[in-house]
Amino acid sequence: MANRAQPIRPIHFIAGGGAFALLLVLTFGTVIAVWTRAELGSGLSSSDWAAVRFTLSQAFVSASVSVILAIPVARALARRKFRGRTLMVSFLGAPFILPAIVAVLGIVAVWGRSGWISQAIEPFGFSPLNIYGYFGVVFAHVFFNLPLATRLLLQGWLSIPAEHFRLCAQLDMSPSEISKHLERPMLWSVLPGAFLLVFLLCISSFAVVLALGGGPRATTVELAIYQALRFDFDLSKAAMLAVVQFGLCTSVALASIFIAKPTNFAFGLDRPPERWDGKGAFHVICDCLSLVMLTLFLFLPLLALFIRGLIPIAHLPIKIYAAALNSVVIAVGSAMLAIVMSLALAALIIRIARRRKRVSQIVEGLGFLTLAASPFVIGTGLFIIINPYVSPFAVALPVTALINAAMSLPFALRIILPAMTRAEDHYGTLGDSLGMERWTRFRIAIWPRLKRPIGFAAGLSAALSMGDLGVIALFAPPDIETLPLMMYRLMAAYQLKMASGVALLLISLSLILFWLFDRGGQLEHHTR
Amino acid sequence: MSITLDKLVLNQGSFQLDADLVIEEGHKIALLGPSGGGKSTLLSAIAGFKEITSGRILFNGDDISTDPPAKRPVSLLFQDHNLFPHLSVEKNIGLGLRTNLRLNDAEKEIIQDALRRVGLGGHGSKMPSEMSGGQQQRVALARALLRDRPVLCLDEPFAALGPALKHEMLDLVAEIVEAANATLLMVTHQPDDAEYIADQTILVAQGRAYAPVDTTTLFHSPPPALASYLGTRRAHG
Amino acid sequence: MKIFQLFAAGLCVALSTSAHAQDKPELTVYTYDSFVSDWGPGPAVEKAFEETCECDLKLVAAGDGAALLSRVLLEGERTEADIVLGLDTNITARAAETGLFAPYGKSPTYLDVPIPWEDKIFLPYDWGYFAFVYDNTKLTDVPDSFEALIAAPDDLKIVIQDPRSSTPGLGLLLWIKTAYGDRAPEIWEKLAPKILTVTKGWSEAYGMFTEGEADMVLSYTTSPAYHIIAEDDYTKSAASFTEGHYMQIEVAGKLASSDQQELADDFLKFMTSPKFQDIIPTTNWMYPAVFPYSGLPAGFETLITPTESLIVDPIEAEKTRDAALAEWLTALSQ
Repeated sequence: MANRAQPIRPIHFIAGGGAFALLLVLTFGTVIAVWTRAELGSGLSSSDWAAVRFTLSQAFVSASVSVILAIPVARALARRKFRGRTLMVSFLGAPFILPAIVAVLGIVAVWGRSGWISQAIEPFGFSPLNIYGYFGVVFAHVFFNLPLATRLLLQGWLSIPAEHFRLCAQLDMSPSEISKHLERPMLWSVLPGAFLLVFLLCISSFAVVLALGGGPRATTVELAIYQALRFDFDLSKAAMLAVVQFGLCTSVALASIFIAKPTNFAFGLDRPPERWDGKGAFHVICDCLSLVMLTLFLFLPLLALFIRGLIPIAHLPIKIYAAALNSVVIAVGSAMLAIVMSLALAALIIRIARRRKRVSQIVEGLGFLTLAASPFVIGTGLFIIINPYVSPFAVALPVTALINAAMSLPFALRIILPAMTRAEDHYGTLGDSLGMERWTRFRIAIWPRLKRPIGFAAGLSAALSMGDLGVIALFAPPDIETLPLMMYRLMAAYQLKMASGVALLLISLSLILFWLFDRGGQLEHHTR
Repeated sequence: MSITLDKLVLNQGSFQLDADLVIEEGHKIALLGPSGGGKSTLLSAIAGFKEITSGRILFNGDDISTDPPAKRPVSLLFQDHNLFPHLSVEKNIGLGLRTNLRLNDAEKEIIQDALRRVGLGGHGSKMPSEMSGGQQQRVALARALLRDRPVLCLDEPFAALGPALKHEMLDLVAEIVEAANATLLMVTHQPDDAEYIADQTILVAQGRAYAPVDTTTLFHSPPPALASYLGTRRAHG
Repeated sequence: MKIFQLFAAGLCVALSTSAHAQDKPELTVYTYDSFVSDWGPGPAVEKAFEETCECDLKLVAAGDGAALLSRVLLEGERTEADIVLGLDTNITARAAETGLFAPYGKSPTYLDVPIPWEDKIFLPYDWGYFAFVYDNTKLTDVPDSFEALIAAPDDLKIVIQDPRSSTPGLGLLLWIKTAYGDRAPEIWEKLAPKILTVTKGWSEAYGMFTEGEADMVLSYTTSPAYHIIAEDDYTKSAASFTEGHYMQIEVAGKLASSDQQELADDFLKFMTSPKFQDIIPTTNWMYPAVFPYSGLPAGFETLITPTESLIVDPIEAEKTRDAALAEWLTALSQ
C-alpha cells in the first residue's frame, strides 16, 4: 500500500505526543499530585466499598435501561417520517449538554411529587409519583442518556444499506424477519459500544445522584471522592478512590472491548432510507407509543424549563452579559482546544496504526480516560500542581477551558478519528501520489473531508463546556462569573426565578453554539 | 407478457422523467443513457421502490402501479449490497424461497442446483465476505433464479467487474433469462454491454425514456439524443 | 496548532488579569457564593469598606460554605486570602488546628450573639437558628418536634442537605445529636421515611421546596423574613421545635500568612461595626452579630423565637462530628 510510505514526521510526535502527555498529566498526573500532598490518611472503609457497589449497580441498571429503551425509539425514528422529526432528532442532544442541576429541576417540574404528571393523575385517585431514591437516580440517568443511546442506535439503523431494505421488501419479508436479518445483526455491533459509553458516563455521575438519590444509600464513588476532598480533607483517600474509579472503568471497558469498540459518533448525517415495512397497525402503534414516550420523557422537562425561564429571562441583571460572555469564551476556547488535541491525537494514532496496531489501540483507548476521571480529582490535582508557580485565579479561565476540553476529548476523538482514517485512506493517498507536502496535503486533501465532523465535535464540546460548573468553582476567580456559577449563586440567594431565567439562557446559548459550529462545518468550502 | 408504461411521470427533486412505452415479452433490453439520466429511477419505479408522480405501470394489462415491491413480477439486482453479510451463501439464496429460512431437503437441493447453475457449486457454506465481487453477484443471480419472476431487472450489477469477467456474467444472465423465458431489463451506461447482450435498447436521456428499439439498428443510425451521448466514439466505428 | 493553543491561553490570561492593575493595597476575602452575589451582602459591604480603608476589597467566592476550609487547606501558606469569611463554629476547631489562622486584633466591645464569645481567632458576623420551613397555606398540622415529625402521616416529606457537602446539613446532624444524644441513630432511622431526598447544598433543597416537591425543608428560622420583606409573601413559616433549635454562628478569621495583617484587623473590626452589620439582615437573611440601634428590620418580629438555643462548642463539635456522621450514614443506609 502507498500508505506504508507515509512517515511519522516530528510534527506528529510533537503535537500528538504533546496532546497525549497532557491527557496523562490531567488524568494520572493529578491523581499522583493529590497523593503526594496527602498526609497519612485512612484506608478505604466499608462505606467506601458500599459506594463502589452502588456505583456499579446504578451504572449497570441505568445503562441497560437507557440502551434497551433506546431500541424501539431509534427504530421508530428510523422508519417513520413525520413533521418535526428533524427537530426531534436534533433535540436528542439537548439533555446531554444540560447542567445536571438544571436537568434535575426540569425532571422534578414534570415528574416530581407536585409536577405536571402527578397533578394530572391526582384527580383520578392516583397518589403522586415518587422519583426519589435508587429509582430516581436511574430515572435521571435515563433522561440524560436515553437520547444519547437513541442517537447512537439511530446511526446504526441509518448505516444499514438502503438496498437491504429494498431487498427485504422485494422478498416480502415480515417485520420480524426484517428485524432478524437487518436489525439484530446491526444492534449486536452497536449495542455494546453504546452500553459502554452510557455506563462510563453514569459511573462518574455526582450531582444527579445527590439530588434524587434520596439519601446516603445512594453514594457513588464520585460522591465519596467529594467527601474525602471537602469534608474529611483526606487527600490520600481521595486519590485511592480515584484509582478505584479508574480501575472500575478500565475493567468494564476492557471487558466490553472484546465485544465491540465504543460506537463511532458519526452523528452528522440523518438521511433515513425509504422503508416498505412496518405498515401494519401493530407496528404503527408501537412506534407511536415509543415516540410519545420519548416526548413525555425528554421534551416535557425541556418544555418546563423553557416555560419557567421565559419571563425571568427578560429581567436578568446586566451582569448576566459578562457571565454569558465568559461562558462563551471558555466554551469556544475549550472547543478549539478539544479539536486541536483530537486532531493531533488522531493523526498520531493513524500513523502508529500502520506500524503497530496494538500500540495505536492503546493510545486510542487512553483517549477515553477522562470519562473515567473524577473532575474533582483533576481540579484538585491541577490546583496542587499549579499553585506553587502561578496564582490559580490568574489562570482560571484557560485552566477551565483546558479541563473542559479534556473532558470532551473522548467524544471529539470518537467523531474525528474515524473521519480522519477514511480521509487518509481515500484522499491522503491521492495527495501523496500528487506529491503534496504536509500542510498542502492537510489543507487540500484532508481538511475538507474533516470539516463536518470537526464542526460537530466542536459544537458538542462547546456545549458541554457551557454547562459545566465543575472546575471553575474550584478555581473561582474573584471578578469572573460564568452562567452555571451565576445560576448557583442566584439559587443560593433565594433568587430561584432569576436562576431559572439564567438556566434558560444557558440552554439556549449552548444549543446556539452547538448549532453554529455544526453549521459552520457544513458550509461549502471550495478552493478555487 | 408485456409491461406498459402509460404516460408515466417520475420526479426526483427538480428532475423529471417521462416514459410512455411498451416492453414486449422475451426481450433482453438495455436501458442506456448518461449517468443521472434517470435509468435507475425508472427501474426502481418498475420494481416498486419509487413512487410515481402520474401515469400507470401495467403488467399484462393489469395496473400494478400501487402494488408493494414483493407483489410485482420483478426481481431487482443492485450494484452492491445484494447479500446479507451475516448469512452464508446458501441462506442468502434460500431467502428467495422462504424468508424464514426453514428449508426442507427438497428446497436445499434446489439451492445447490441454483449454485451449480451460476458456477458456484460447493461454495454454499461460504460467507459473502469470503467471496469476490463477481462471485457475490452470482449468488444474487442464483437467488433471482429461484424467485423465478417474469422480469429480471439489473441495476448496473457488473459495473465494477473487468471486461472478461463481465462478459462471463452477461452470458450467464442471458442463459438464465432465456431458460426461464423471462424479460431482462438492464441499466448500463456502457454501449458495449448493450450491444453484447441486449436485442433491444431503451434510450433514457434528456428527461425521457424512448421506446425500445432494435439495438443494432439503433447504433447503426443513432438518433440525436443517442449521438450526443455516444459522442465521437462511433464516428470512426 | 501549538500557536493556536498559546493564542487561546494568552487571550484567556489577558481577559482574566485585566482587572488587576491597581496601586492601592488589596485585601482578599474568601467567602461563599451567596455572599458575593448581587442579592447578597457582598456589593454593599465592599462599597462601605472601601469608603474608609483606602484599599481594594476583593471578595472571592470559593464555592459553598463547606468548600471554604478545604480551599484554604489546599492552598496552604501560599493562599492569596487575607481573610476567610463564612466558616461556622462547627468547623472552626479544625480550622484553628491547621495553624493557618492568626488571632484577631482587638475584641469587639459588644456582641448580640446568644452565647458568650471566647474564641480568639474567629469573630462572628451573623447567626441564625436551623429550622424546618413550610408553606402555611398547605401544611396545617405542623409538627412541633422531631418526634411529632416522625409521627406525622407518611406523605409528609422533608428535604434535607447532606452533612458532607453543606453546612445546614452538618447543622442538622449536630442538632439531632445535641437534642437526643445516644438516641440520635434511632431518631434518624425513624425519620428516614419522611426524607424525600438529601441534596448537595441548601440551594437545591430550597429550590425543591419552593417547587412544591416537599412539605418542609431544612433552612433557617430567618428564611420567612426573606419572603416577607423581599416578596411580600407571608405564606412561608418556620416550625418551632420543642427540643430547641440548633444555632449556626458564621465567623471570619484572619490568615497568618497574610501580608496585610493591619488591614485585615481593620476589616474584622469593620465587620462587627454597624456599617457591616446593618447590611446583614436583609441580604444574608440571618441575625446580625450586633443588632442595629433602630432594631431589626420590620418583618423580623414575626419570626419564631426558639424556646431553647442548642449549640456545642467548636472543640466538642470537632469530636462529635465524625461519629455523628457515621451514625447518620448507617441509619439512613438501611
